[in-house]
Amino acid sequence: MSKGLWAPRQPPSAWCWNLAWQAGHARAFRLKLQVRVASGQPELPPKQASWTELAKSINNHHPIFPHAFNATMEVLLGITGKDFTLIAASKAAMRGVTILKASDDKTRQLNKHTLMAFNGEAGDTVQFAEYIQANAQLYSMRNDTDLSPSALANFVRGELASSLRSRKPYNVNLLLGGVDPITHKPSLYWLDYLAALAPVPYAAHGYAQYYCLSILDKHHHPDITLVQGMKLLNLCTDELKRRLPIDFKGMIVKAVTKDGIVDMEIDNDKVVKCA
Amino acid sequence: MDTLVAQYSRPAYQQNEVFSEQEQQDLADGVPSLSLKFAMPPVAHPSAWLRAATDDRSNPTCPIKIAHGTTTLAFRFDHGIIVATDSRATAGNWIASQTVKKVIEINSDLLGTMAGGAADCQYWLAWLGMQCRLHELRHKRRISVAAASKILANLVYQYKGMGLSMGTMCAGVTEEEGAALYYIDSDGTRLQGNLFCVGSGQTFAYGVLDAEYRQDLTVEEALELGSRSILAATHRDAYSGGFINLYHVKKEGWVKHGFTDTNPVFWKTKLEKGEFSNVTSDFSGRA
Repeated sequence: MSKGLWAPRQPPSAWCWNLAWQAGHARAFRLKLQVRVASGQPELPPKQASWTELAKSINNHHPIFPHAFNATMEVLLGITGKDFTLIAASKAAMRGVTILKASDDKTRQLNKHTLMAFNGEAGDTVQFAEYIQANAQLYSMRNDTDLSPSALANFVRGELASSLRSRKPYNVNLLLGGVDPITHKPSLYWLDYLAALAPVPYAAHGYAQYYCLSILDKHHHPDITLVQGMKLLNLCTDELKRRLPIDFKGMIVKAVTKDGIVDMEIDNDKVVKCA
Repeated sequence: MDTLVAQYSRPAYQQNEVFSEQEQQDLADGVPSLSLKFAMPPVAHPSAWLRAATDDRSNPTCPIKIAHGTTTLAFRFDHGIIVATDSRATAGNWIASQTVKKVIEINSDLLGTMAGGAADCQYWLAWLGMQCRLHELRHKRRISVAAASKILANLVYQYKGMGLSMGTMCAGVTEEEGAALYYIDSDGTRLQGNLFCVGSGQTFAYGVLDAEYRQDLTVEEALELGSRSILAATHRDAYSGGFINLYHVKKEGWVKHGFTDTNPVFWKTKLEKGEFSNVTSDFSGRA
């Protein structure tokens, strides 16, 4: 496993040789190289018409982040206030042109005072969220104390960042909301699939950003109460119902307070008319 | 010494990767898992390469045509779960078979349905059946539907991006859960729900099923609704057809309600109920 040892000191070709040598595939590698030199180009996969065709097929179905569109139609919202953090996520689970489930919960509780909401590539989302959840809970069990929201946010960022540099990254966007168990300070962290992390007073993911951030810029204040926070959230969801071209089937809303996480009532059946 | 230096000279993101993903999986499983070691095509992106070789929509001359195209449905109601499928397998425009069993009997009270790649579904659902039996032997009790579906979801997630194509449902009634229905697909999505339709004919089946679905359907009504929804899909979706395969899952296990040719069912529905008025039964040549 001495990849790193050799890499910086030698030209790329020698580096490749070493890799192959260490892997015990020297002979196979040499054969490949000969093919390369002989034809001037590596061999096409069988029956592939041309390289441009192959490139096109790879571009049309991006191998690493194929379903970015879907993610942006899923709504995630977060609002902090005086003594709480509100997290809201749309309830529709979509695949292609079909809504498979209209009561999907895109949030996971990490510990008593931290909640994470997620959207992104199908499969990746839940797998990543439950991986983080399991590690947060393991930490709580081992140390008899919970990680603070900021510690968790940085942990999540680290996991996302190392995943981004692996062969198959998680394509997941997250909001992480919490209330510090000691200082009772509410906090909200915005993370995207490129492992950017930002502590923010309010946040959104997907197309919801385009509609809601302006509303929140205008109406948000750090000292708002939970009731005012819910009003603000309703302002956002009403606008989404008015202007988003698809039905996201309402929102699941949860509030993180110093006493833990509570489900919030929201009227998802309210009809909102366009002007 | 070399290994010691190497340990610290790897890039930061590799520092924690003591074991490869595969090794971690093998360790976590405890028991050597069968069939988790398929050889991958030696290219950078196996799925993109596979798609280039198999996607006949974007490339009609693609060398491999995968058996695709299906309608399957399952829904939960007061008296258990109804599972219904068509029976057609297509490979491109070719109807490869009209008598496929798309309901897989995992054990006497767990059913799986197959949509997507026929080989993938058949293989992995049979594999799931084996895992469920092993669970039974290890723990001396039947596996829950939640657990069974999660075994499959985790498995397909391991193969994510490598070209697996399957959309399946797991249905069963157990002591701890009651009637339980899960949707699992090859993206790694796993959803619990009351009603799912999967396959190229899903929209047609949803149309009929959603309109008349209720929790308090009688068993007869539910069986009729399941069968009628599949009929609707076989009528409108070119890639669905053949026979209607109907199952009712209840506390005592599943009961099969026939493997019925769609053609007579269609004409019976049309002539006796007056539905499908868009199809003419007047063969005089003047519609």
